[in-house]
Amino acid sequence: MTPRWEEDPVLTIEHLTMRFGGLVAASELSFQVGRDEITAVIGPNGAGKTTVFNCITGFYRPTVGRMTLRRRSGATFLLERMADYEISRIAKVARTFQNIRLFSGMTLLENLLVAQHNALMRASQFTIGGVLGLPSYRAGERRAVDKALAWLQRIDLGHRADDAAGDLPYGDQRRLEIARAMCTGPELLCLDEPAAGLNPRESHALTGLLSSIREERETSILLIEHDMSVVMEISDHVVVLDHGEKIADGTPQQIRDDEAVIAAYLGVPDEELDEIEEVITG
Amino acid sequence: MVNAMGWGERLQAALKEAGIAALITFALICVIIGLKTDIGPDGLEITQRWDLVASGVAIVFVGRLLLRLVVWGPEGQGRGLFSSIPKAREMPWLGKVLGVALLAIAITLPFYSGRYVVDLGILVLTYVMLGWGLNIVVGLAGLLDLGYVAFYAVGAYSYALLAHYFGWSFWLCLPLAGILAGFWGIILGFPVLRLRGDYLAIVTLAFGEIIRVVLLNWYQFTGGPDGISGIPRPSFFGIPFSRGEDGFAATFGLDFTSMHRIIFLYYLILILALITNAVTLRLRRLPLGRAWEAMREDEIACRSLGISTTNTKLSAFAIGAMFGGIAGSFFATRQGFISPESFVFMESALILSIVVLGGLGSQIGVAIAAIVMIGGFEVFRELEQYRMLIFGALLVFIMVNRPRGLMARREPSIVLKERKAIGADLVAQGEGHR
Repeated sequence: MTPRWEEDPVLTIEHLTMRFGGLVAASELSFQVGRDEITAVIGPNGAGKTTVFNCITGFYRPTVGRMTLRRRSGATFLLERMADYEISRIAKVARTFQNIRLFSGMTLLENLLVAQHNALMRASQFTIGGVLGLPSYRAGERRAVDKALAWLQRIDLGHRADDAAGDLPYGDQRRLEIARAMCTGPELLCLDEPAAGLNPRESHALTGLLSSIREERETSILLIEHDMSVVMEISDHVVVLDHGEKIADGTPQQIRDDEAVIAAYLGVPDEELDEIEEVITG
Repeated sequence: MVNAMGWGERLQAALKEAGIAALITFALICVIIGLKTDIGPDGLEITQRWDLVASGVAIVFVGRLLLRLVVWGPEGQGRGLFSSIPKAREMPWLGKVLGVALLAIAITLPFYSGRYVVDLGILVLTYVMLGWGLNIVVGLAGLLDLGYVAFYAVGAYSYALLAHYFGWSFWLCLPLAGILAGFWGIILGFPVLRLRGDYLAIVTLAFGEIIRVVLLNWYQFTGGPDGISGIPRPSFFGIPFSRGEDGFAATFGLDFTSMHRIIFLYYLILILALITNAVTLRLRRLPLGRAWEAMREDEIACRSLGISTTNTKLSAFAIGAMFGGIAGSFFATRQGFISPESFVFMESALILSIVVLGGLGSQIGVAIAAIVMIGGFEVFRELEQYRMLIFGALLVFIMVNRPRGLMARREPSIVLKERKAIGADLVAQGEGHR
């Protein structure tokens, strides 16, 4: 049986190589991201995870390689040939950042409206209709506000719509950044360590949010994560990188049992950990 | 902590501090003020003025002592000298009240003022308009522009040259000057698209100088340092402000005075400035303006959300430049004579300090800063060489007490339930301010 991510991939990465001078951050990477699935990229520090992300979202231009994004409509885009903002606007790939990049001096509502910039620009006839106050713009703005509010409700921040984003606690900022990315209406959502720095309760809320996005079957998710409990709980497909190379690719169960992964990343198997624990505590 | 130290100890500490301050003062001024060279019969003579030095040192000593004992309290610099001034954040209605009051004064000013005040009003309003125009680029989009006066010059020369060579009227040239300056804004925008911080500031500064130097050296076309004189005065929608039969006064059955034109110019620049303000406030609530502010906050995040920062930056430069150009063509028609001397770097610096002083992005703050700076310039005119000194001290004083400008808070562009101002500590200042 072929896995789902090979049958209907939303993103196909082939021979992706990224060199910074003499440093090879990613070499000959090939993997697929399945449609309507959650795909996790894991690996030790410096394995090249964020480099891959920056290539996909256009912040880096890969040295070699092809990245094909296939939208639900059947339209395909070669991401390595597009500018970063076009990847978001046309190919519908949204992303979040490892160190949160919210517009901290703007309110939550404003943050989510900026994410709908392109739709709002069209509604305002590229500002001309907006300056004149045409009704079509007002209707467009109302739709955008409704969408923003729906997302705020969904991340339990509806009551703070008028607060500055920089005033939010860390965990809320993470969720707001995801909501902001979702407001661009993406087909592929790339999350760079969404659970970093979250407490167990917050990370539970996060996995709930990600699962609910998957249930809607509109957005596929690609995420980088260190927190193995999150990865194993929600992902359908795990890709393991080490030193810029792919060392394993499969379902969470396959990854858990993979010798190379255990050696490179997970360290010793859980049973052995238990044994060690027994020795220490016993 | 007041009781932690007894009065005796407090006095002792204060005396010591005042003594140090006095010593520093002495070191600074003993030669500069103490010795003066005069031209005597046998060449230079040195006059000694130790009495002046002594009084200077005494003033500093007593002043420091009083500050420490009465104003600052015993514990270091705990409270600022003017911490009792209410912060704008604590009084959200302040801006609104000030705005309405200023507008009322501005509208009624010509009815009870003489020519001098109205003339000064025209000057202040020109800078208010320039400040608001630059505020789009620096305050909203966060792009530090040290060459804004270039667009002012383009606007002024556009009108002057079009009127000079083709005889076009002011009302036709006013929008044209704005459009031409807007194009120059885009031309400046392209090379600086990829620049950040200091580099952006340097290139915009150079751009301002290039425009001025071209105007200065293209003698055949712009008249070079001689400037352009005889620029036509504006008419009242076709009716000239002249003494004759078909003049403004005769048409409306008034007695002729030269004040008519001054008052007309005053209202013209008031309306132009208010249009600038209205358009800016409107744009802030539109996706374009929100994208400007988002770009000031975080350019990379903007790009990740599908916003083309190229277009966003160019639009900010173009619209900011357009208002500068319109103000420039007003300047040309008011003066009747322009030369490159009016468009030196000092003007850019002045407009930029108005924006920074007012609080980046704050419309009312910019207006107040323009009144303080330009009005202050005039008020202190009598002091001659001390004018710049006072001016500089004022700038330092305001920036020390209000590091983010007079109105250092951000109004949200859209409100769902409750309007909450955002403190300056959260708002980024954009490129060139790091």
